[in-house]
Amino acid sequence: MELLSHDILIVGGGGAGLRAAIAIGEENPQLSVGVVSKVYPMRSHTVSAEGGAAAVIKPNDSLEDHIYDTISGADWLADQDAVEVFVNEAPEEMIRLEHWGCPWSRDPDGSVAVRPFGGMKIERTWYAADKTGFHMLHSLFQTALKFNNLTRYDEHFATKLLVHDGRCQGVAALELRTGQIRAIAGMAVILCTGGAGRVFPFTTNAAIKTGDGMAMAYREGVPLKDMEFVQYHPTGLPGTGILITEASRGEGGILINKDGYRYLQDYALGEPLDVNDPQHPRKRTMELGPRDRLSQAFIQEHDKGNTTDGPYGHVVHLDVRHLGEKKIDKKIPFVRELCRNYAGIDPVSELIPVRPVVHYMMGGVHTNIEGETPLPGLLAAGECACVSINGANRLGSNSLTELLVFGARAARAAVRFARQAVDVDGPAVLRLAQQEQERIRQRYFQPQQGKDNIAKLRTELVWAMEAGVGIYRDERSLRQTADVIRELKERAGQLQLADHSLTFNTELTAALELEYLLDVSDTVVCGALARTESRGSHQRIDHDARDDERFLKHSLVYRTDGDPRVEYLDVVITRWPPGDRVYGSK
Amino acid sequence: MDPSKSTPPKETISLEVFRYQPEEEDESRMQRYEVPLHKDWVVLDALNYIKDQIDGTLSFRWSCRMGVCGSCGMMVNGEPKLSCAAFLRDYAPGPIRVEPLNYFPVIRDLVINMEDFLHKLGEVKAWLLPDEEKPVSEGEYRQSPAELARYKQFSMCINCMLCYAACPVYGHHPDFIGPAAIALAQRYNLDSRDGAADQRAEVIFSHEGIWECTFVGDCTRVCPKNVDPAGAIQQAKVEGTKDWFRSVLVPWGKKPS
Repeated sequence: MELLSHDILIVGGGGAGLRAAIAIGEENPQLSVGVVSKVYPMRSHTVSAEGGAAAVIKPNDSLEDHIYDTISGADWLADQDAVEVFVNEAPEEMIRLEHWGCPWSRDPDGSVAVRPFGGMKIERTWYAADKTGFHMLHSLFQTALKFNNLTRYDEHFATKLLVHDGRCQGVAALELRTGQIRAIAGMAVILCTGGAGRVFPFTTNAAIKTGDGMAMAYREGVPLKDMEFVQYHPTGLPGTGILITEASRGEGGILINKDGYRYLQDYALGEPLDVNDPQHPRKRTMELGPRDRLSQAFIQEHDKGNTTDGPYGHVVHLDVRHLGEKKIDKKIPFVRELCRNYAGIDPVSELIPVRPVVHYMMGGVHTNIEGETPLPGLLAAGECACVSINGANRLGSNSLTELLVFGARAARAAVRFARQAVDVDGPAVLRLAQQEQERIRQRYFQPQQGKDNIAKLRTELVWAMEAGVGIYRDERSLRQTADVIRELKERAGQLQLADHSLTFNTELTAALELEYLLDVSDTVVCGALARTESRGSHQRIDHDARDDERFLKHSLVYRTDGDPRVEYLDVVITRWPPGDRVYGSK
Repeated sequence: MDPSKSTPPKETISLEVFRYQPEEEDESRMQRYEVPLHKDWVVLDALNYIKDQIDGTLSFRWSCRMGVCGSCGMMVNGEPKLSCAAFLRDYAPGPIRVEPLNYFPVIRDLVINMEDFLHKLGEVKAWLLPDEEKPVSEGEYRQSPAELARYKQFSMCINCMLCYAACPVYGHHPDFIGPAAIALAQRYNLDSRDGAADQRAEVIFSHEGIWECTFVGDCTRVCPKNVDPAGAIQQAKVEGTKDWFRSVLVPWGKKPS
């Protein structure tokens, strides 16, 4: 086995990873950067983001408002120092992306256009029609191509962080084309591996979002923070879970129940305005309320018997017909394309069936404001990390901006770390990678006892998660799911693969992903069990009030040989004392 | 979608899938699988059904299953398609032939090697090269909606490689820069913020392939995102010809670079 070495190693080639790579190229083009990604970078899930990215740019907006919207949206669980940094650095990061060619939609005067999103006082979401993530990712990827200091390890599946002497010094990665494990060393390693929506059955998330980086860090003793906070996006297509962007509501779309009634008015989200009223849609009310509250309203409406039964379960309807064909084609053309291709309906003349679907993990690898984890040499950014700016509920259009701000910050912190650190211990890194290769060989290329196949275990897992850790949870449902996970882990330990080939063995990667999913699920359940309060996206039927006295705290879940251990860390409160989340009054 | 939650249909459809496992066989073969004919299943759902329920050894790429990541391009009944957007019902009663994209080396089964494209994307400098770097402190470049509209269509390329699999010129001349890379070069050439069209032209015209492109337009026809690479190639050629005339016949008329 050969040792490959870089100054900075980035795991994940989506928005955060590419932004980090470019930041290093800008900071010091002498530093060599490796980007390890299990897919070609432009396939990363950033590509699927639709509605936009928030940053204060217009004269009627203010940093103060963006900060307040983010903190109140987070139900006060966000660290306020981190939110301030995020909001302050967001505009220049977005301008930088504009300078790299991102085709932002424009106002007639040629300045970038903004649109309203849920939970915002003032419209501040930059957008590229409704393919914002796609354009951001391709702009970043194409910009990254010009840096000669960057080596890409495309289609290399990271299987383990290589930790020696209390410091992360590299990763072991499976080269898909050859089936060989590569030992790739880095003076510092930045995880940018995205979320883990695939632990649930209905999700907007792509197949690749299996919590790889979260699980790898967790296995090395790094705590995962706030994992119990899982965002359901209120408008996914039933069955596939394909995302119908919040921008469709930002542009004026409305949600109605089976009687055509705008039911959100019954859930403390304000009064509806007529769709022809020039004030519609009013910010921070009704359809522009925050995602957690809208998803919860759906469940309550369902319990009242006001949803419509369909082939993939109950739905409500999103109505954008009044926007007209011209505006739909200009502002949300992808919504029309997705509805036509995947739901067989045309939103110009038909209602879109929607239901809440898992969209985003607020939690992730515990980092500080610089993106550093407690493990020296290991940093994290993007959805796989938890800084935290998203707290108990992320505001729509903050995640794309977060990739940029914290991707760049983590890169700079990694450069600082690498500058003062002693060299990696090459022989030790090689030895660890060889052990990892042996583990995989023993585990997956030797006969096993198991009778299950991967899909069966995965299906049982995701349905147990939906049943026990969905929009509403209680102790009983959580304990049941915990039992299922424990049993699935045992069965997964005996999985027998049909494919023993080295070349592009996607059954092997699916098995490795299942291991990641199981670890991540464990931490979600564990965090949710321990948090006996309701806050943001975490709603406990048996503890239905927010409890600031006990739980104005981040949970930190640590791996142990037995059940995971939960610790708590105070939330950083600076200028915005915890208050009520008010949507729709005034 | 979760098959366990919907009632399985009575009807099935067969898929004839290209198989090639380089470690175990010298030649490729076609393997037949029977899958349920769900009315809302796409070819990708059928492949996942095969992988999950019938044969774990089948390899293919996929991720977003919503037509934007560009991973799942394949030949479906001889046509390049995104398998996430090709409905089984449109091919009923079948069988449906599923093969790797034309003209690319096959790594295994339906997985092709597309390193060549990534290399070409770098060669044509598919990134913004402004005449003068603008400091971030000066804010964004102004770009009118009309200026945006000039290049927007070419910026929609998802790098799915369907256009290469449809391009007879690429089939004969693998050196040809090809439809998607030229469309992306043209995307930047037409961007009001860019100033490097001349640098890109050198690469685009470095191979005679472009002159063999006869605008059959198969690339445009198969593009799932309406990018119109054939239009981009035509535009590039017209510009290239003008530049050639300018430099050969009236050298003093060459555009300042």
